[in-house]
Amino acid sequence: MNLRALRAQVAAETRMTLERGETLLVTLGIPIVLLVFFTLVPVLPTGTHHRVDFLAPGVLALAVMSTAMVSLGIATAFERSYGVLKRLGATPLGRPVLLTAKIVSVMVVEIIQVALLVGVALALGWRPHPAAGLAVIAVLLATIAFAGIGLAMAGALRAEVTLAVANGVYVILLLIGGVLFPLHELGGLASFARLLPTAALSDALHLTLGAGSSAPAQAWIVLALWAVAAPTVAAFSFKWE
Amino acid sequence: MPAVEVDHLVVRYGSLVAVDGVSFDADAGEVVALLGPNGAGKTTTVETLEGFRRADAGAVRVLGLDPWSDHTKLTARIGVLLQRGGIYPVMNAERAVRLFATYYEDPRDPDELIDLVRLRPVARTPYKRLSGGEQQRLALALALVGKPRVAFLDEPTAGVDPAGRIAVRDVVAGLRSDGVCVILTSHELDEVQRLADRVIIVDHGRVVAAGRQGEIQGDSQELRFAAEPGLAIGELSARLGAAVTEEQPGEYLVSTPPVPALVAELAVWLAERDLPLGDLRAGRQRLEDVFLRLTGSGVAEPTSRACDGASSAPRRGNRKGRARR
Repeated sequence: MNLRALRAQVAAETRMTLERGETLLVTLGIPIVLLVFFTLVPVLPTGTHHRVDFLAPGVLALAVMSTAMVSLGIATAFERSYGVLKRLGATPLGRPVLLTAKIVSVMVVEIIQVALLVGVALALGWRPHPAAGLAVIAVLLATIAFAGIGLAMAGALRAEVTLAVANGVYVILLLIGGVLFPLHELGGLASFARLLPTAALSDALHLTLGAGSSAPAQAWIVLALWAVAAPTVAAFSFKWE
Repeated sequence: MPAVEVDHLVVRYGSLVAVDGVSFDADAGEVVALLGPNGAGKTTTVETLEGFRRADAGAVRVLGLDPWSDHTKLTARIGVLLQRGGIYPVMNAERAVRLFATYYEDPRDPDELIDLVRLRPVARTPYKRLSGGEQQRLALALALVGKPRVAFLDEPTAGVDPAGRIAVRDVVAGLRSDGVCVILTSHELDEVQRLADRVIIVDHGRVVAAGRQGEIQGDSQELRFAAEPGLAIGELSARLGAAVTEEQPGEYLVSTPPVPALVAELAVWLAERDLPLGDLRAGRQRLEDVFLRLTGSGVAEPTSRACDGASSAPRRGNRKGRARR
């Protein structure tokens, strides 16, 4: 693996992501606004005495989804339609390095998101459990799952369609992902929602960051299955031009 | 060993045959142009050489490698200019060339390259805000950054302004003298005449003519003239003792060496009928005429192609289908 190329590609991908205004809105703007607004305004049935204790883990799950699925998916779809992926295919960069660069770049952006969101949440009075190792594993699994979903869209759909679908899925998963209110408030929809990666991640984060305990087995199984299935589908269905 | 070998290449898209038995070679230091109308199979041929498509039949070799199965090994040694796009819209020339330089073991100096393609004044302008010609020159720079031994340039002058064309011409000349094999495609005759050592005319997926420019035009001498449409060409042929064809309404071809006596005879024939002479040209065929005759890209169907006129109608349909791809 050409490390010089990998470093340069990660830097280029990250810079382009951070310079895209509409991406920053989805990855940082919306999560921060949701966190601050619903912490300060008591309109949601967050189920705990300290609203921020519920909202902070959920919004972190939203942030992971926004970067790994929405931002990566849309950016890759447009690169495909502009012929960038095709052109890179004619260089010695190679697809494994390109893919690695994209995943590393997603993680760099996630670190920035987590730093900002945790900072805001702490300022709002959030007191997470200090033993958060399992939360990191949950985020890594979810990143792989969401990146798989985003790339599956990017590699099969037209760029404009990917843009619409990714944003639509983002809103739906925001609503039924345990981000703003607990899953049990969804009634019958809850058991379906728990099969989706966003709910599984927010479940895992609520328990690991809230109580320092592990998440229910179902959340881990759902995350792991998505982390295997989504990238597999993407790998087989991806059209490079 | 030639740098590029194409041997009876066939490429299909479903039931559509895009390339139908194309063969040619190209050596190091040689500039070879694939010339043909849109949909002739030029880009498909080049993309097979670049390793983007697989040959359905026949064989291609680039620097002795199979572009499909040895793709990874080959990418370090070829340079590619796609017909369009291929560059991050938000990236400027400076960053793009520097980024691509990291992909290669021993790249050219990025700054030198930006000067070479004359992009210094707009080196910090995002790709999407460059003019068509500037975008094409940046793509050219990216094709060269890895010091390729073979460069594939698909329509390098399409949409390029006159200053850009000169830059492209200089760059291609530089590649030739560095011993790089250049394969380029074009549908512009003038440009091919200036750039290429050898021309391969492709139409409907087949090679219809190939050779150095002089060779393609051949030694055949002819006389062309323009007069009013619908002349009695049978009568005129008999008078001149040579076949006369009306290639397009009002444009005539006399397929025989244009000796002065023939010209005089034609003038007399016209004078007897009081017909004005619109245009008169004698000598070797122009490349453009060869191209138009071979590819049938003229407006009207020339009489001389009447024999294959029957098969050309459905093929036209194919060509549109190909363009939609």
